[in-house]
Amino acid sequence: MKINTRTIVAIGIGSAVFYVLNRFVSIPSGIPNTSINTAYAFLAFMSTVFGPLAGALIGFIGHTLTDATMYGSVWWSWVVVSAFVGCAVGLCQNKVNVEDGDFNSKDLLFFNLYQIAANIIGWGVLAPVLDILIYKEPADKVFLQGLTAGAANLITVAILGSVFLTLYAKTRTSAGSLSKE
Amino acid sequence: MATSTKILSYIPRETPVHRLCGATKLIVFLVWTIVCMLSYNTFVLLGALVFGIIVFRLAKIKVSEVRFVLITILVFLTLNTIAIYIFSPEEGVKIYGTRHELFRFSSRYTVTQEQLFYLFNVMLKYFTVVPIALLFIVTTDPSEFASSLNRIGVPYKISYAVAITLRYLADVQSDYVEISQAQQARGVDLSRKAPLKKRISGLIGIAVPLIFSSLDHIDLVSNAMDLRGFGKNNKRTWYSERPFSRADYIVIAVTIIAGAMALYVTFRNGSRFYNPFLPK
Amino acid sequence: MFFGVSCFIFMDITTAVEFRNFTFQYRAQSAPTLYDINLTINKGEKVMIAGPSGSGKSTIGHCINGLIPHYYKGAITGKLLVDGQDTAEMDIFSLSRHVGTVLQDSDGQFVGLTVGEDVAFALENDMIALPEMKQKVLKTTQTVAMDPFLKSHPQELSGGQKQRVALAGVMVDDVDILLFDEPLANLDPATGKSAIELIDETRKQSGATIIVIEHRLEDVLWRKMDRIILMDEGRIICDNTPDEILSSGILRRYGIREPLYVTALSYAGVKITPEMHPESLNSMEVSDYRDVLMNREKQITPVSQPSPGSEILSFRNVSFSYDEGGRKILDNISFSIRRGEMSAIAGKNGAGKSTLCKLICGFIQPSAGQIMLNGADASGQSIYERAQTVGYVMQNPNQMICKAMIREEVGYGLYLRGVQQDEIDKRVDAALKTCGLYPFRNWPVSALSYGQKKRVTIASILVMEPDLLLLDEPTAGQDFRHYTEIMTFLQELQSQGITILMVTHDMHLMLEYARRSIVLADGKLICDDSAARVLSDPDVIERANLKETSLFTLAQKAGLDDPLNFIENFISHEKELRS
Repeated sequence: MKINTRTIVAIGIGSAVFYVLNRFVSIPSGIPNTSINTAYAFLAFMSTVFGPLAGALIGFIGHTLTDATMYGSVWWSWVVVSAFVGCAVGLCQNKVNVEDGDFNSKDLLFFNLYQIAANIIGWGVLAPVLDILIYKEPADKVFLQGLTAGAANLITVAILGSVFLTLYAKTRTSAGSLSKE
Repeated sequence: MATSTKILSYIPRETPVHRLCGATKLIVFLVWTIVCMLSYNTFVLLGALVFGIIVFRLAKIKVSEVRFVLITILVFLTLNTIAIYIFSPEEGVKIYGTRHELFRFSSRYTVTQEQLFYLFNVMLKYFTVVPIALLFIVTTDPSEFASSLNRIGVPYKISYAVAITLRYLADVQSDYVEISQAQQARGVDLSRKAPLKKRISGLIGIAVPLIFSSLDHIDLVSNAMDLRGFGKNNKRTWYSERPFSRADYIVIAVTIIAGAMALYVTFRNGSRFYNPFLPK
Repeated sequence: MFFGVSCFIFMDITTAVEFRNFTFQYRAQSAPTLYDINLTINKGEKVMIAGPSGSGKSTIGHCINGLIPHYYKGAITGKLLVDGQDTAEMDIFSLSRHVGTVLQDSDGQFVGLTVGEDVAFALENDMIALPEMKQKVLKTTQTVAMDPFLKSHPQELSGGQKQRVALAGVMVDDVDILLFDEPLANLDPATGKSAIELIDETRKQSGATIIVIEHRLEDVLWRKMDRIILMDEGRIICDNTPDEILSSGILRRYGIREPLYVTALSYAGVKITPEMHPESLNSMEVSDYRDVLMNREKQITPVSQPSPGSEILSFRNVSFSYDEGGRKILDNISFSIRRGEMSAIAGKNGAGKSTLCKLICGFIQPSAGQIMLNGADASGQSIYERAQTVGYVMQNPNQMICKAMIREEVGYGLYLRGVQQDEIDKRVDAALKTCGLYPFRNWPVSALSYGQKKRVTIASILVMEPDLLLLDEPTAGQDFRHYTEIMTFLQELQSQGITILMVTHDMHLMLEYARRSIVLADGKLICDDSAARVLSDPDVIERANLKETSLFTLAQKAGLDDPLNFIENFISHEKELRS
């Protein structure tokens, strides 16, 4: 397997950051049980920069860690969904150019198309289906739950994820074109 | 704003449970969660729960040491159970195929024996994993974790990514605390007192410095690892790995046999539910 | 002593590192960072590569250890040989068998969860079997005296200890070239001194070639260096023995600070020559210069009495511990800061300096005692309310910056406070002008240098018009030029009436810029006096992990009657030169 060290470290430190954001840097959205959670915007951002494998593993490790240390158990169904979303958003890596300072609204559009699809499929379909299969929870409940979580994450990523990516792309731009006023 | 950074972590003790290899405990944990996920058989779940509690005593972990986690999960389970009832009061009837009504709140919200038994099983299913998951976390030395993953077949690079998470978790957390305090001094307020727009702006104010200083950190750590030859071979050895002892082999064997038996019991008659309402 | 000659004789035997007409240009840059470098470092030599930031000294290090071209991409012409092998044919892994690198950030380098695991890291990657690995780790940690800490976590170790672990972690691989990238940057003065001693002993024991990349010359010269290679703008300016280089006066021209005793002697009109052996004050015969040094002195009264301004911050018997009845991080601290002052809080890492900062800002509350802000008890004030009086600037600007554009970043605090947009614009412009950033106002923050980013964070705090500016290590990691820039800027702010309090272990900063130094050791306030006096008091120096200033040593060695007055003279002379 040929993964470079930087990706491995990005997975490791990224998971730690995911955990900290997930626990501490989120606010209730006003709708019960759903929050504006910076962790998922960060996940989408890391997936775009480091690719699908990093995205999947940050989602997987970060979510497992949060579940384990906060609830003392791990709900694999939702962990798998975080991994899925990280992976799916990461598929846009080759379409979205953040490294060479060429980042523009087309890149932002692609990023958002991928993240919207990933969130709808992940939270709106995969999560409820797994909940039904594993826990036999009522369908209406889990679909509603999944859709609200998906919608909240989708909007969070659209706002915050786009901000993170834009800022990151700016750090990759050279200062050559700037002049003092 | 959440500033408590309490976290469930390794509690070193001298007990037979602690002495087991990390890999052994990982296998037990995985078999256990898989069984609890697949099975809905009340006896299997109850058995697993009771056994979990016994091992818990064996590891000399006090309830007070894990109290905050227990409270969180119990609150979550209660809310979840209520939600299930609100959404689908007849779910139990659907599953078990009979209907023994006890009383009703309204025409929609009836209370049946089947529903109560179903809700009991849901809670049980969620809760059965708890003792063993807690045990796994508090009795496994983080140093041993990555080598354990590698031992059960996870590629070593990915195992090492987990080691990095455990290594830098405390650092990232203290970065967060410092950033959050400095930004609060600038006026960031995530509490309900602030209007939503300002709170979202505050989220950015904390998340952005945390993310971007972590990105600097990623470059630094990856250089440090490259300079010391990380990834040069297809395998690596682990300083903190311990050889399996006889106890490890026995525990793994017993776990796998018990797991297989539990699954056999569960799926014996084509349904993973134990159905007490079935006419004999 | 006759090193030039011995070099010549042994040159053919073995060279550790050899650059031949070597040029390197980073991919993203329009000009090369290294121009036509020709440099030979012999086996067993101990050399220092000095130069201001951006001079290319770190780039040379990256070339030697292989991060160029493994990680940093770019175009190479010419040749680089390490241990006689052409690096063009080696990858970073084969290079790492020859060169061990100790990075500046010992926390970043500490990748293991415990000391033992970290030292073992390279062995694990080499698939060394467990028994042999354990034995090697033990042996190597013994050489750096870290063997009692094998099971310790990085969070439990001091900066100096982490550096020892980093050294063990590369020595375990039996490398014969050790590369130290700014080893002093994050250490307090006394720890820095022992780091230099450790490097010296390592060479004596292992015979390894030592390359130290640093700009803090006086501290590095605490132990003998064979050669200094001075770099500027990608070229080697000078490659000679310390004695020759110090005598040439060339350092000042390239923004490297020479040892203070050398500067003091040349201010007094003494001509420094290689024969005087200026590389170490110990080896110098200075008693002859007593009269010259005395002649220049005028009587200066040290400024330790409080300034006339009103009290802006005061601690009254403040103690702090995290758990009730637990270890006291701070114990019965009392001091006061008056309006218009510029003072320093000093002390070794872990002495309670950052706890003190947190208490001032209200991030944590004292377990006993009282903190007064502008004469009123601050205990009821929230973090946010205190920020109206105290503006806190973190050490690392990247931990504060959260906006893309400079204007937004500076105005962020006002926006959160609900100030009207036109008022924000007005105040942001004013703060940008104060900080010399107005010409850049429409730039993205990311286009700025580290020092400029620091200014942005200061501007983003100044815009809220605090009475007191509290800065955590304002000059950490800066070379002499940037250090002077930042400090001159802070002095300008002070002259505009802003009170400045700095947390630091930089002794030059204390000596030259702080009116007073408040010194903490083990949670207690042990001294509150002029910096010159603090840095001449052996007891305070010892307890606070500081280092005696070489000006004091010089004055004593030369037999001056009033060493303190000598130091004060030096400082005021420097001030005159600056303005």
